[in-house]
Amino acid sequence: MLESSLYFIQQLLNGLTIGSTYALIAIGYTMVYGIIGMINFAHGEIYMIGMYVSFVAISGLTMLGLEYLPLILLITLLISIFISSTYGWAVERVAYRPVRGGNRLIALISAIGMSIFLQNYVRLAQGSRDIAMPSLIQGGWTMGPPEGFQASLSYMQLFIFIATFITMTGLTLFIAKSRMGRACRAVSEDMKMAGLLGINTNRVISLTFIIGAALAAVAGLLLGLYYGVTNPYIGFIAGLKAFTAAVLGGIGSIPGAMLGGLILGVTESMTSAYFSSEYKDVVSFGLLILILLFRPTGLLGKPEVEKI
Amino acid sequence: MKDKFVPALIAGVATLILAFPLLGLNLVSNGLGLGIEGADNQTIIYIVLASLAVFVFQLFKDNVVNIAKIIPLPRKAYNPKAKVSQAQRDKKEKIFTILIVAIALIWPFFASRGNIDLATLVLIYVMLGLGLNIVVGLAGLLDLGYVAFYAVGAYSYALLNQYFGFSFWICLPLAGLMAATFGFILGFPVLRLRGDYLAIVTLGFGEIIRILLNNWTHITGGPNGIGSIPKPALFGLEFGRKVKEEGNVTFHEYFNIAYNSSYKVIFLYLLALLLVLFTVFVIRRLMRMPVGRAWEALREDEIACRSLGLNRTIIKLSAFTIGASFAGFAGAFFSARQGFISPESFTFIESAIILAIVVLGGMGSQLGVILAAIAMTVLPELAREFQEYRMLLFGLMMVLMMIWRPQGLLPMKRRHMELTNA
Repeated sequence: MLESSLYFIQQLLNGLTIGSTYALIAIGYTMVYGIIGMINFAHGEIYMIGMYVSFVAISGLTMLGLEYLPLILLITLLISIFISSTYGWAVERVAYRPVRGGNRLIALISAIGMSIFLQNYVRLAQGSRDIAMPSLIQGGWTMGPPEGFQASLSYMQLFIFIATFITMTGLTLFIAKSRMGRACRAVSEDMKMAGLLGINTNRVISLTFIIGAALAAVAGLLLGLYYGVTNPYIGFIAGLKAFTAAVLGGIGSIPGAMLGGLILGVTESMTSAYFSSEYKDVVSFGLLILILLFRPTGLLGKPEVEKI
Repeated sequence: MKDKFVPALIAGVATLILAFPLLGLNLVSNGLGLGIEGADNQTIIYIVLASLAVFVFQLFKDNVVNIAKIIPLPRKAYNPKAKVSQAQRDKKEKIFTILIVAIALIWPFFASRGNIDLATLVLIYVMLGLGLNIVVGLAGLLDLGYVAFYAVGAYSYALLNQYFGFSFWICLPLAGLMAATFGFILGFPVLRLRGDYLAIVTLGFGEIIRILLNNWTHITGGPNGIGSIPKPALFGLEFGRKVKEEGNVTFHEYFNIAYNSSYKVIFLYLLALLLVLFTVFVIRRLMRMPVGRAWEALREDEIACRSLGLNRTIIKLSAFTIGASFAGFAGAFFSARQGFISPESFTFIESAIILAIVVLGGMGSQLGVILAAIAMTVLPELAREFQEYRMLLFGLMMVLMMIWRPQGLLPMKRRHMELTNA
């Protein structure tokens, strides 16, 4: 009895860990969709690039002789956010702005093309094989009897929880209180009107992409430290899962993306533990299809009225 | 030009920032850890050159575009007196088609074996492109999981052959039927979805099929795939050196000629050509029937469609089903040609390639899709040295095509009559 509940708690903790990182990536999707109504297919690749840049930064700093771990992580975070934001901004300028306002399919194909381009760019630049990094944060707490199964909460997991919490709180405050955040909300409600009222919509859209990319970079750093392994192909699946999370929570709603991410993470973890780990992707996509069938606006989304 | 200086500078510096961390530094594992080292000088030079190129391009972009506008494109002058009637246009089209088909039939007997093999691959992609053209081009439903139907067709033939011993000719319609059933199944959840949601759900569906095929090891062989799939036989005449099944005679023994490995290849090519001609013919007829017109109405304006009394459920389901069946045929032929299939051949990238073929060719336009399929399959073969960069250039090409010419190379033209005031 104790062992099965400890096992459950462990799976729950694992699920929440992964789920919070999905939430970070999902926020990027949901913000972009809320503002310009298109799915940023290349967002998953931005996350992958964030992870690679984190690896580069950590390796570089370690080679330079830096030993103090919090400082390494802080500098890596800043570098990773900066580079990923530049990528997000560049992707928007190159692939999305020229096709904005036209046919949906055109923008979608442009996005898919950008995603393929970025994936192969990193593959050619860094090689297609896995790149591993030794774990930097080790240790944790364990619960349970020493002879039986022990549920553990590692420091790394705790770090992920704290980091995602701080990031999401910061983002929510920014959107709710700051002037630029108000502008973002205005543009996502009605772009034309916001433009008429003097808001520079192009700048707001660029900012949205930059924020989304920054969050993806944070997720990349966290998961890079957590898993310790990266390769150019992780962006695709992570992107799909994060989009599922965004739809689950209600696309266009940032709290929805957070909730959706957590739910998806826990579902995946439970499926992997109690059913079969090979089918966890199938369950994720199945969940997406079910949500779109029965509640297309998601859990926290506003029901959309189709005006005829 | 001066006011473009700062944006161009930003663009150039941004290129440098983008390229340097990933291209300019390489991650290498040293001992137990990870280190970075600078890339070789050539890469650094390329990065700097690229930044400069972006800077210069942004600086002079407007000037270049203005100059390009001055160059007159060859344009057919509109001559109102030269009225070519629809009947004459039809006749010209008919002659042209017969000529093309004749060339396609005769050509393999004079070409090298490698080229015929390549042509067969081209024909498979033509079939896939035409099938997806129904869903995406004619009905306007963004389908990113088309490769799932391709996989269903391929595995249908392989499994039916493995477990029941059916021959290719029985399995071909069955594969189409199986794929059509899956198309029907996919159609239901996506009935109410539009635009991007539809794309993601179809993408998820494609991935589900691939994962299922990969994991049902005891039925589908999992990642090992299914091997020794027999090639089709012509009325019992097999094309190998020796017969694989008793009761059959080999082709060269029957006609008392020497064995030549080209016969097999030519036969496969002609079979593919037959399937493609069938596909083109069927879709052409469908486009002119109420079904096809309903698809195009759905693409143009779904709400107007509903208000005119068209049942959009039936239209969407028919588009998915019929489009999927052609993928089923292509899949069955693919597994017969390869002799071996595994889930690795049916990834999302294949769907993206087929979608690129449809969009590149011009949505709804059959001739455009055929040309685009030829281009997409032949060009990588010609540029063999760039094999590594193939996918990179493919992604770049997709983005550039959407920016420059989103309507495709040969946009679709409906049959029309022009009213004149005479």
